[in-house]
Amino acid sequence: MATDVHGEVTADRAVVEINGLTRSFDGRAVLDELDLTVRSGEFVALLGRSGCGKSTLLRVLAGLDRDIDGSVLVPRRRAVAFQAPRLMPWKRVWRNVVLGLPGRPARETAIRALAEVGLEHRADAWPKTLSGGEAQRASLARALVRAPDLLLLDEPFGALDALTRIKAQQQVAEVWQRRGCAVLLVTHDVEEALLLADRVLVMQDGVIAHEQPVDLPRPRDVGAPEFTALRAGLLAELGVVAPQSPL
Amino acid sequence: MSTHDTPPEAHTAVVSGDGPERAVARGAAAVELERLVSASSRRRRVPRWLRRATGPVLLLVLWQVLSATGVLQSDVLASPGTIARTAGGLFADGTLPSAMAVSVQRVAVGLVSGVVVGVGLGLLSGLMRTGEDLIDAVVQMLRAVPFAGLVPLLIVWLGIGETVKVALIALAAAFPLYLNTYAGIRGVDDQLIEAGVTLGLGRWGLIRHVVLPGALPGALTGLRFALASAWLALVFGETVNASDGIGFLMDQAREFYRTDVIVVCLIVYAFLGLAADVVVRTLERLLLQWRPTFTGK
Repeated sequence: MATDVHGEVTADRAVVEINGLTRSFDGRAVLDELDLTVRSGEFVALLGRSGCGKSTLLRVLAGLDRDIDGSVLVPRRRAVAFQAPRLMPWKRVWRNVVLGLPGRPARETAIRALAEVGLEHRADAWPKTLSGGEAQRASLARALVRAPDLLLLDEPFGALDALTRIKAQQQVAEVWQRRGCAVLLVTHDVEEALLLADRVLVMQDGVIAHEQPVDLPRPRDVGAPEFTALRAGLLAELGVVAPQSPL
Repeated sequence: MSTHDTPPEAHTAVVSGDGPERAVARGAAAVELERLVSASSRRRRVPRWLRRATGPVLLLVLWQVLSATGVLQSDVLASPGTIARTAGGLFADGTLPSAMAVSVQRVAVGLVSGVVVGVGLGLLSGLMRTGEDLIDAVVQMLRAVPFAGLVPLLIVWLGIGETVKVALIALAAAFPLYLNTYAGIRGVDDQLIEAGVTLGLGRWGLIRHVVLPGALPGALTGLRFALASAWLALVFGETVNASDGIGFLMDQAREFYRTDVIVVCLIVYAFLGLAADVVVRTLERLLLQWRPTFTGK
């Protein structure tokens, strides 16, 4: 197989380089000769209808799916936050955070990462006692503690209620600005993509069908006319006629 | 509920407030209100163990009444009073304690051997494809044989000494442990395994931090079944051929129609079984405190 999932970060500061990536399920190509480059420190959002292959792409980048053809270069240090928090229910929160770190990681390491998402007071809790938003933050802390060069987020806010989601989105934006790691956010929420990303990609039929740079100043205002215009454009790309905005 | 015949849109419930139940007029129709009281205030103050003891005590009382009124003849079943006196006597002369020591030791040794074999094979089978291919079919085949049916063969192989009883118990305990350990390992959430992979856990790390803790609830269920089987195997082994132990005591009593001694032995078996169950429950409480399970109301 002509793939190398463990690549070095190349000199032109691209942290992800995908060329001609194909992944088929039973002969049906979900990813079909896909090309993608993500630069160091860039926040990229990947939009698409369900079943368009965006989660498959994320799984390939995470190294979870290796039945692939094509060339894929990703940083060795990468971390994933899934839609479900996927915390080990038999480990207390802080042990979940440091799980998989080399050596015997100290509790302090976990606490620092938890503090970054405002969850240090829950370090000794069992995952079953966390609320949905807390569990998702713990999952984010677990990704951050690995100091990733690439952070992969698979619809991490999908299961959260609207208010918790807004807070979580702000938190991710803060973390990204502080850490400066590249982020690939898979989502189906156009607004979320526009709020957070430097560049929004629309996936269709197994390839990146459309690319939309977002040059709006941060923090972004959902109500701004530029924002609304971009949203209407992206919705059109996704095959949805945008409703008339109240503003 | 008294609001069954009112239309659904008229249902309203008062969750707090301490006035009496009121009917509030909403528009033309009166809305019937129901007070929802706090669950803790409604819960009985009687401690749980006392509540659980009520059933057995009532049964005992009924039994004593039936015996005293002559409905239950003593050669069919002795009265609780007689049984208590017999138990006292058997304890005082040391017969029962020494028999219990022998039996408990048999179960302990048998169970430990069974745990080692059952869990060991379950791990091999659960963690490795090769292990599964080699072991699982054989175990599933052997499982179809009732373990008591193996007694003649075990006697030919091991004689009629202590080994055959322990082997029988070990055999009886090994199967449920194997099955549940294996099923527990195979039932571990694939999503957690994936999460473990993305966290950089290697094969051994995954086994240690994800697979084994995830299989623990299953293995403990297996341990419970194993205990039940072990006691069964003990009774069987001791009543078929033994010169000591509780089963022997019972077998002897049968020859003299001493239903009181038989019942005492049964009670001892029951209490030993309960004690073992308490041990497993305690283990579960300590080891599975992370588990989000329904505990009952």
